[in-house]
Amino acid sequence: MSVDPNGQLTIAIAAGKGGTGKTLVATSLAIAIDAHYPGCAQIIDCDVEEPNAHLLMQPELTAQAPVEVLVPEVDLDTCTRCGACARACQFSAIAVIRQAVLTFHGLCAGCGACAYVCPVDAITEVTRRVGTVKSGSAGEIDFVTGTLNVGDQRATPVTKAVKDRIRDDLITILDAPPGTACPMQETVEGSDYCILVTEPTPFGLSNLQDAVETCRRIGVPCGVIINRDGSGNDGVERYCAQEGIEVLLRVPQDRRIAEAYSRGETLVATMPQWRDELATVYYHITDMVAAQATGEGVS
Amino acid sequence: MNASFRQLTVVSGKGGTGKTTCLGSFAAIAHDKVLADCDVDAANLYQLLNPTVIDSGDFMGAQIAVRDEQACKRHGECERVCRFDAITVDAVDELACEGCGFCTIVCPEKALHMEQVACGTWYQAKTDYGPLAYARLLPGAESSGRLVTMVRQKAEDIALLQGKQLILIDGAPGIGCVATAAIADVDMALVVTEPSLSGIHDMERVADLIRHFGVPMTVIVNKADINADNTRRIRQYCAQRGVEVLAELPYDESVTAAMAHGVPLVEYQDGPVAQGIRKAWSSIEQMLGV
Repeated sequence: MSVDPNGQLTIAIAAGKGGTGKTLVATSLAIAIDAHYPGCAQIIDCDVEEPNAHLLMQPELTAQAPVEVLVPEVDLDTCTRCGACARACQFSAIAVIRQAVLTFHGLCAGCGACAYVCPVDAITEVTRRVGTVKSGSAGEIDFVTGTLNVGDQRATPVTKAVKDRIRDDLITILDAPPGTACPMQETVEGSDYCILVTEPTPFGLSNLQDAVETCRRIGVPCGVIINRDGSGNDGVERYCAQEGIEVLLRVPQDRRIAEAYSRGETLVATMPQWRDELATVYYHITDMVAAQATGEGVS
Repeated sequence: MNASFRQLTVVSGKGGTGKTTCLGSFAAIAHDKVLADCDVDAANLYQLLNPTVIDSGDFMGAQIAVRDEQACKRHGECERVCRFDAITVDAVDELACEGCGFCTIVCPEKALHMEQVACGTWYQAKTDYGPLAYARLLPGAESSGRLVTMVRQKAEDIALLQGKQLILIDGAPGIGCVATAAIADVDMALVVTEPSLSGIHDMERVADLIRHFGVPMTVIVNKADINADNTRRIRQYCAQRGVEVLAELPYDESVTAAMAHGVPLVEYQDGPVAQGIRKAWSSIEQMLGV
């Protein structure tokens, strides 16, 4: 299942619920890994709807590339209005109404079926820009971020584009979007391990349960970091104990962390003691993934 | 826009800024409304309201390709045309399949067909705070703006049937299909934000989306006192765009306690946060004319 079976680990940082501290953990984990293995860490912001990692990492972005999808363009002089394209399209992204041919690019998945079925070759596929990938570095940490254009609804092509920048020779941290639907799955799929960041509330728990189920379904082992520990109840702890899911770290409820985050400071910049804690989490994950690879099995 | 009822959606861009805390409290304060939990892949509002389900049904979402292994002669046409790396002569990757059906068109043996799969469940329920429509996406299922649209349709049906004047919608974070489907065609989008750099960045993106739909926008700044400079920036941003800031709520750890107790905040305490939410609600009532 590994993205880079012969290379370094890829670890996704996800959560069902939004605002639990994914980016807080992802950025500081990357910094902690870089401190122990200088020049060996990469962070990729896969929350392309609302990317935030750059606000904390302040990277120097040196390269930029458009993310494009293919959409149909119809030559109305050649088109016979036969409607084969509209019948082939499962997304209602192309319609023939009397003499008019309407295309709805926002609905188009870019599969190419319409162009294939057109009996008179009136359809050409042209590129349409839906987002941007930017890359560079924050100190020695390789940095990649993607942005979905506002008004475009399909994040998947942009997520795929940023994940194409995963480097085999680096330890990669993927900062996932919230939820458990396609954008989160697209991010987590293929990772060696997924850290689920949650908060100890009924909402945090419910969304965590969905995220655990999703990780299991896509075959990525997961563990939990509880953020704002001590603020709610013990439901998350009890669930993790019952399910045999390891709680990797607990970050306490602390107004100073919220204040530092609001200024765009990373956790380890504000409280350097977390650097070693997070490095320990990384080593532990490395051991678990290695143990699983050699068939010793990991819960 | 509909003459018989008004619709308010709460969104945020960034997750965890307090959407459901605000909307759960509005649910406790407002009269004569229907509630809709449209954060379908991380639904929380319904949990706060202890719903009793009256009606439910499967949500049939995306289609996936299904192969008749007996009929398949392993030509591999499917594998060649699929742009999503979802099919080989050996297997269909259900997670990767976009449901386009291109493979079914090119298969010389007609060994492939499309099947709809259940992606989740929609519910109509009653709560102590009024009728509620919500949905649960199956873990690992495809997300869908269409499921949001379906929940909104259920809420509208209830509003028309019971003559309710208001629909309160809990939206999703982000700017993708799930968030967008909750914003389209409502009477007001309330953005709950926080004075962090991320909160501001994400608010600006969702504000662009709201403007794209021509929907009137208002703002609540949650945890306003954790960063006074950033709160000032939000105020300036809103002032420049004629967006009203309805309330600035202080950082208060008892908000989490209310959530842990599973009750709307305004029923748990009456401190500055609850008072701020009440004040915001009276402004919304006036603006929506309900």
